[in-house]
Formats: sequence, structure tokens, C-alpha cells
Amino acid sequence: MNVLVLMILLPLLAAAVVVYAPARRAKWVALTGTLAAGLACLLAFFAFDWADAATIQFQASRPWLPTLGLELSVGVDSVALLLIALTVLLGPICVLASFTGITGKVKTYYAWLLVLQAAMTGVFAARDLIVFYTCFEFTLVPMYVLIALYGSSNRAKAATKFFLFTFTGSVIALAGLIYVAWFNATLVGYDPALLHGTWTFDIATLERAAREMSASQQAWVLAALLAGFAVKVPLFPVHTWLPLAHTEAPTAGSVILAGVLLKLGTYGLYRFVLPFVPDAVVEYAWLIAGVSIVGILYAGLVCWVQTDIKKLIAYSSVAHLGFCVLGLVALNSAGLTGAVLYMLNHGLSTGALFLMVGMMYERYHTRSMDEVGGLASKMPIWSSFMLFFVLASVGLPGLNGFVSEFLCLLGAFQAGDWGGAVGGTGLFTLGPWYAAVAGLGMIIAAMYLLYMTGRIVFGEYREPAGHHEHDVLPTDLNWREIGLLLPLAALCLGLGVYPTPVLRALEPCVDQTIAIVTGAADSGVEIVRGGETEPRLVEGGRP
Amino acid sequence: MIERVAFLWPEIALFVATCVVMVLGLSRSLALRRLCGPVCGIGLVIAGLLALRTPASPGILPQLMPYAKAMIAGVGVLLLLMLGGTVDREEEEQIAAGQRTFDAARTNRAEFYAFFMFSFTGLMLCASADGLIWLFLALELTSLPTYVMVTISSRSARAQEAGVKYFFLGALGAAIFLYGFTLIYGGTGMTRFTDISAVLAADGMNSITLAGVMLALIGICFKIAAVPMHFYTADVYQGAAAPVSAMLAFVPKTAGFLAIILLTTMVSAAAGETGGGDGGWLPEPVRVLLWVIAAMTMTVGNVLAILQRSVKRLLAYSSIAHSGYMLVGIVAGPGDGTFTHNGLAAVLFYLLCYGVMNVGVFGVVACLERRGKDGWEEVENLDDLRGLCKTRPLLGWSMVICALSLLGMPPLLGFWSKLPLFTSAISAGELALVIVLAVNAAIAAYYYLGLVRAPLLTDPDPDAAPMTDTPVVWRRLATVLSASGVIALAIAADPFMRASETAGRTRDLMKPDRGGADEHAEAAPVVPEDR
Repeated sequence: MNVLVLMILLPLLAAAVVVYAPARRAKWVALTGTLAAGLACLLAFFAFDWADAATIQFQASRPWLPTLGLELSVGVDSVALLLIALTVLLGPICVLASFTGITGKVKTYYAWLLVLQAAMTGVFAARDLIVFYTCFEFTLVPMYVLIALYGSSNRAKAATKFFLFTFTGSVIALAGLIYVAWFNATLVGYDPALLHGTWTFDIATLERAAREMSASQQAWVLAALLAGFAVKVPLFPVHTWLPLAHTEAPTAGSVILAGVLLKLGTYGLYRFVLPFVPDAVVEYAWLIAGVSIVGILYAGLVCWVQTDIKKLIAYSSVAHLGFCVLGLVALNSAGLTGAVLYMLNHGLSTGALFLMVGMMYERYHTRSMDEVGGLASKMPIWSSFMLFFVLASVGLPGLNGFVSEFLCLLGAFQAGDWGGAVGGTGLFTLGPWYAAVAGLGMIIAAMYLLYMTGRIVFGEYREPAGHHEHDVLPTDLNWREIGLLLPLAALCLGLGVYPTPVLRALEPCVDQTIAIVTGAADSGVEIVRGGETEPRLVEGGRP
Repeated sequence: MIERVAFLWPEIALFVATCVVMVLGLSRSLALRRLCGPVCGIGLVIAGLLALRTPASPGILPQLMPYAKAMIAGVGVLLLLMLGGTVDREEEEQIAAGQRTFDAARTNRAEFYAFFMFSFTGLMLCASADGLIWLFLALELTSLPTYVMVTISSRSARAQEAGVKYFFLGALGAAIFLYGFTLIYGGTGMTRFTDISAVLAADGMNSITLAGVMLALIGICFKIAAVPMHFYTADVYQGAAAPVSAMLAFVPKTAGFLAIILLTTMVSAAAGETGGGDGGWLPEPVRVLLWVIAAMTMTVGNVLAILQRSVKRLLAYSSIAHSGYMLVGIVAGPGDGTFTHNGLAAVLFYLLCYGVMNVGVFGVVACLERRGKDGWEEVENLDDLRGLCKTRPLLGWSMVICALSLLGMPPLLGFWSKLPLFTSAISAGELALVIVLAVNAAIAAYYYLGLVRAPLLTDPDPDAAPMTDTPVVWRRLATVLSASGVIALAIAADPFMRASETAGRTRDLMKPDRGGADEHAEAAPVVPEDR
């Protein structure tokens, strides 16, 4: 069986078992399911041909609803595989992190958590637009349930807002994606012999076709796709669902939300927006970059005045993903590599920060830094981990955040010289100015994160009124908690000190995307794509 | 005349069953009275099977009948299961307890089932209609029995009010579209669709015909509960018993859409003359009218649904919105005949999906009841659904699945029914309407989410008056069948899509040089090569 399909089916199978298992075994079943998926992922890592990373590997497809031109098809390049690895890594960590936190309705909780993992893996593995969309949209249901059932006081509102924001965006994005499929169908033309074959949602085919769209068509499709993906990322004006959802979600929910769900947005930008509408991206890069920078600065300043730690980290996600999108629209090697790496790093470090806050919350039942402080004296292990992940998130050289943030900014700095494709210079072309202003965001990030750390880790010990020790958990972290933090810490350190293997793995994919974008910008340049160069279009149609 | 019988076997089967039911329902023997439902069911199944064998007609949509009638029969069986035990329950209880004897004058069972069958006969006749007169008679045969069914479905005063309201507004709607039909006849001198479209193709559309078409469409808006003829919907759905409301959401809507499909196909012959422009399959004024109605219907339905607390009113407004979605397919038109381009096929497929999903949500309401001051009352407040997944898992999960499907959540059926609307409307270049559709799908998410949240995520209200399950098992069966249908059909939608594709081809598209299918043979679907 295809290893990708296995990674999707294993959590689903585990979810089914959880439903019928006794409640006290639910967490162990869930852990087994996620670990099994992890094993499959490890297998995929070994089987993947890293030398040929831009080629879609592990491809499998079977026709489904052929009348609509649909295929259940999966396949990954290195970008998708690394993001799947992140998803699969966070799976068991989330299960472990919920062992003591979730006490009621355990079966429902783990079942939906597993379904969520399957859906997220499906998003990255999909090679058919509608399969992608199905998984993308379906992630909403489990996340909605997790927030609405297991969140804190304001959970109903948060869950609904989360659902409606993202659903609205993605329905409009669906219209854009279908438009691309329609465009491809008209290119192929009407072929009586292939009555039902003229429509396809195959991503590779559409990628080739979409570039032929005129400038105004591309601009509209860009607008539609941005409506969907920008909400998910989230970019500045449509980010308002995120702090609420993060604050209210249970710990594992926040970890997944920050770690993977937000990446669905940036992945969508990387996988669809850049290759589908390159002209429009080049034309409107300044706008997207501008919005990202506003988001970086605005969210940073908002973070500074937060007293709720979870909300602070939530807003910091908005700022961080602003860097990621800035790197994406820089449209050069440094920027794109940085952006993709950022997706991974943000998942690790912010995911870990949410875990840290969750552990503290379990013991102190507050998230306000007015009420707790000076935890270094009481919880030295927790405090060291906290400090470590904060530094990773701030972008301390030597830790993972630095590499990707630096690359994104470097990308933005160098951007604008893609063969003079864009007429005019100055404000509407990415360049040093954009990088400089965004760079301010790094300083702000350092300020608010260190300020927070200073208050809760160092200084005089403060605890909320009526605080008493947790029934089960020790004052400081226990082995389970340390065990689930260690792999994240190791990866943060590893990717910070020696990111070369990952960068090398990403390079072919990134180069290919850049070739598409710049190839579109200087019209006439033949695009040489690694991997599938064989057109899969109908004979007699467009070559 | 006699050659038409070849197309009418399904209706004849239904009519025979109707006659049997009318007599059986008045029988003194309880066992015989109880046969009403099964006989209706057998009639529907036979009609459905006969429908599959209907030959291609010489009408304007040659292959419409087999799919439309089989679909009607299929959803009809689901609705029939729902209707079990709607009327005469207390009478039968009293008779069983020996408190009174059977009185043929007081029983409603015979009428109820017979009217149900009459309505379905009318519905199938709509699919068979080949001219204005036939279409009018069929539409009225569909509607008239439902007026009575609404009134006798429940003993509450609200049902009486609903019935009267429904009847008068229905008569108004009928008057309007009959006036429209008359003007079409006046403008073209023909009553048969093929003749009218031949005249329109030859001479273009004169203003009398245009006025007739517009009036006819507006009148038919009553049947599909579209703006501006939607006012009755919420009151009638709320007043009628839930099973009858479920029927109202499917039967008149399907009749109306069949009529609209026939009428629009008929006038599409004049498209070039009045400046349909490139790609427009309808004359521009007709397209604009339908466009506006579609946009208004979606928006009004969804926005008003948000405000409702009663599940039945909410579903009534959502049913208005769904009519709006389907009108998008009508505006898009048949395109080049392939499923992804064919808005008419999308509508026909949507009707099937909507029929299936809809039974589930109404079924949950129909399955719960509470002892009120005058007999059993239906549970209809949104809060009554709280914690249903815990207290009654079967009903609760049916509600969750069907509501998510109505919301359009992939991979459930509702998504696959909306997708062809998107593809066909984009193919037809109706991009603005697609955006309206997308925004409305998002608005709809708000209230459907309420239907998901109440049973799945909230705990039952301890202060609420206790509810009991209805003793009618058939309703629960219908609900569960509907919910499982939502999943099963989503997996196995392909044959249905293909059938609706064939059904949605106009005569022009049947010509061998365009569609590759012979005029009178069934379009042979070509399976694309495995890549």
C-alpha cells in the first residue's frame, strides 16, 4: 500500500478503534495510532529519493467520480513530505500533552484529534485539487469540535468564529480553483471521445494550464485564492479569528492550530498561488508583502500589551507568519526557502510554546502574567525549556527561528531583480525597504517575548490566589512532559545549527517554483521543469 | 394520443396504486387499513422501475423522463416512510382501546395516502409534460393535494391556518403562471413546447411571449419557494407536521424546477434574437430575471434563516436558499451537455441530493414529540435538539451528518451537489453569480452550524420538558436511511451524475455531431482512459 495512503488511513483506523475502545484505553490507542503513522512517515523518509526532491513521489491515484473528472490521487515532493513529517511528529506529542489535561469525553476527544491528523496529512499529500479542498475544508470539523467541546470559557464563540471565517474564505477560494479547472478544460477543448475527460483537477496539469491565463484572469483568481488562504495563514485584516481560537482551544488544539493548520494557508499560497497565477503574484507582490509587514508590526505591537500569555503567543503567530508570506512573495531562492523552512520552524517552536503554556496552565489555572511569575525558582526544568523555545521563536542565531527569519528577510532584501519583469521601481517593488521595515518586527518580537519571559520566568515568585498543587502532576515537569518536549527542542537546535540537509532538500522544489514564476514574468523563456516534463494533456489539444 | 402512453407507465402505476389505497384506507379491518403505506411504496417502486425503461421522447429534453421519474420515485419512498403515522394516530389508538368504533367519515388515512400518491403522479407528469396545458395540469395536480395534506396533517390550529394560507397563495401563483402560459400561447399560437420553440427560433420572441414567459417564471417561483413568492414558506412548513413539511420541501420544488427547465429550454430557441450575447443560452431579459431571482432567493433565504429559533422555520428558509442555489444552474444552462458544463444536469442532480439530505433533518424533528395540551406536539425548538448525540445517538448523528451535508461540507453529498453548480456557472461565465453563491454558502454555514452544535456539542437541557420518541419506527428508518444515503451517495455518486447529465441534455445537444450520442439512443457514457 502506498505509504501516504497509509499515513492517512492509520489515524482514521485508530479513530475508529478509539470510538469502540473503553474510555481509559482511548489515549493509548490514540498514541499507538499516531506512532504508527510516525513509523510510516519514517519509512517514507527513507524511501523518498532526496536527490530528486522536486519530483512528485509516492504517486498513487484511482478514479473517483469520473463524471466530474476527479481522481483520488496522492503524491509528495520534499516540501509536502516535510510538512507531513511535521504533522505526524506533532500527532503523538499532542496526544501525550493531553494525558492529564483532558478528563471528560476522552473518546470523542482522541477520535477527533486522530481524524484531524488524517485530514491534515491529506491536505499535504493531495495531488488533486478537489481532494486537497476536501481535506482542507474537512479539517474545520474536528478543530471546531475540539475548540467547542474542550476549550475554555468563551469556546463556543471562538469555535464558531474560527469555522465561519475559514469556511467563508475557502468557499471563495474554491470558486477560484474551479475557475482554473474550467480554464484548463477550455484549453483542452471539447473532445467528443473524451466526453467526461475534459475536466480534470489534477494539480500538475492545472499548474501548466493556469499560467496561460491572461493578466486580468490571473488577478481575479489571485484575489479568490487569497480570500481562502489569507484567512487561514492569517494575514493582517482577516486574522481576528486566530487569537480567539488559540486562546480558547485546549493545549493540543492550539499546538495543532499553530503547528499545522496555519501552514495549510501558507502551503496553499506556495502550492497553488505561486505556480497558478505567477504573473499576478509578481504584479501584486508589493501588496501582499505590504499586508504581511503591516501584520508583522501590528501583531507585534499588540503582543506587547497582552497579559494573557496564550494570546500573546497567538498574536506572535500572526507576526511570524507575516515573515513567512513575505518570504514567499519575495519570489527568489532565499525567500522561498526561508518561507518553507519557516513553516516547519514555526510549527516546532510555537507549537512548543503552546505546550509550555499548557503545562503551566494545568498547574496554575491561569494564563495571565499578572498572576504568575518567577517560576524559575519553582519550576526550573519548565523555565529552561520555556527560555529555550522563546529564544528559538525570537530568532536567536544558532536556533531554528533565526535561519528561516533571516532567509525570509534576505529574500525580501534581494527581491525585485527578477529580470526587470516589473515595470517601475520604488514603493511597488519589493526591496531593501520592505526588508528593513519588516526587520523592525524582529526587534519587536524580541521585546515582547523577552518581556513575557522576564515576567513569568524570572523575578519574584508569584502565584494566583488559592493556588494549590496539582493532584497528579508534580510541581515541575514530569518525565512524560519532558519526553514530549525533548524531540521538539532537539529539532529546534538541530535545524538551527545545521539546517543544510533540509535546505538542500527544499532547493529543487523552490528552484522549480521560481522557474515557473520568473518564466512567466519574462515571457518567452522556456520553463524546464524537473520531473514530469511529459505533458499529460489530450492529444490534439494544447501541446 | 395513444402513443403517449409509452411514456406514462410510471404515472399509470401510481394511479392504480392510488385507487387501491383510496379503497383500502376506508376498510373496517385494521390490517387492510395498514396496507395503505405498503401499497403506496410498491406503487412507487414499480413506477420507478418502469421509469427506467421509458423511451426517449420527442420533446425538447428527450431523456428527461427516466432520470427525473426514477429520482422522484426514489425520494418518494423515503418521504413515504416519513409520512407513516402522521394522520389518524389518536383515532386508531382510541379504536384499539375500544373507546370508539371505526367511522369511515372521520378517518383521514385514505385521503392522506391517496393525496400523497396524486401529488407524486402530478410530479411525474410534470416530467412528461410536452406542452403548456399538460404542464399546467400537472403542476396543479402536484399542488392541490398538498394543500389538503397540510391541513389534515396535524390537529393544531396552526395547520389549518397554514393550509388556508398555502391554498390561497398557491392559487395566486397558479393564476399568475396560467396567465403567463396564456400570453405565451397568444404570442406564438402554439401550446406544445417543440412547436413554440420552433416558432421562437423562426420568428424571434415578441413582447407578448416575453411577458408570458416572465409571468410564468414568476408564478412558478411559488412552487419552488423563490423570492418574490416565498412568503408562505416559513408559516406553512411550521404549521404542517414535519413529515409533510419534508414533502413540501421536495415535491412542489421538484415540480417547479422541472417546469422551469422545460420553459427555459423552450425559450432558449430565441436566445440569439434578443441579444443573448455570447454564451448566454437564454434571451437576455429572461436571464436577467432569473439571475436576480436567484441572487435574491439565496440571500433572503439564508439571512432570514439565521434569525430563526424554530428548526422547522429554519429549514423552511434554508429550503428557500437551496432553490436559489439551484436557480444558478438554470441561469448557467445546458452548456455543451457535459456534466461539468451543464447547469440543467446540475439542477437535476441537486434535486436528488436535496431530497435525500432534507428527509434526514426533517426526520429528526418528526421522530421527537412531547405531550402537549392538545395531544402530541412536535418538538421544534433548536434547544430541544441539545445533546441529542448523547441521548439518542442515531437521531443526533443523523442530524449532524445531514446538517453538515446541507452546509456543503466535503466529502458529504451536499458538497458534490454544489460543485456542479459552481462548475457549470463558471463555464457559462456567470462569475458574479458564483461569488454570490459562494458568499451565500458561507452565510448558510452559520445556521447549519447551529444544527450541528446543538446535538453534538451541547448537553441536554435538564429543565426542558421531557421528550419521547415517536412510536412510528418508519420515521426513524427514513431518517437513518437519509443520513446513510448522504454518505453512500457521496461515494457512489457517479452513476447518478451520469444519469442526470443525460437527462439534462436538450434536443440540440442530442444530435450526433455535438454530443456523440444518437438521438433516440441513450447517450453511451465513455469512460476516460486511465491515465
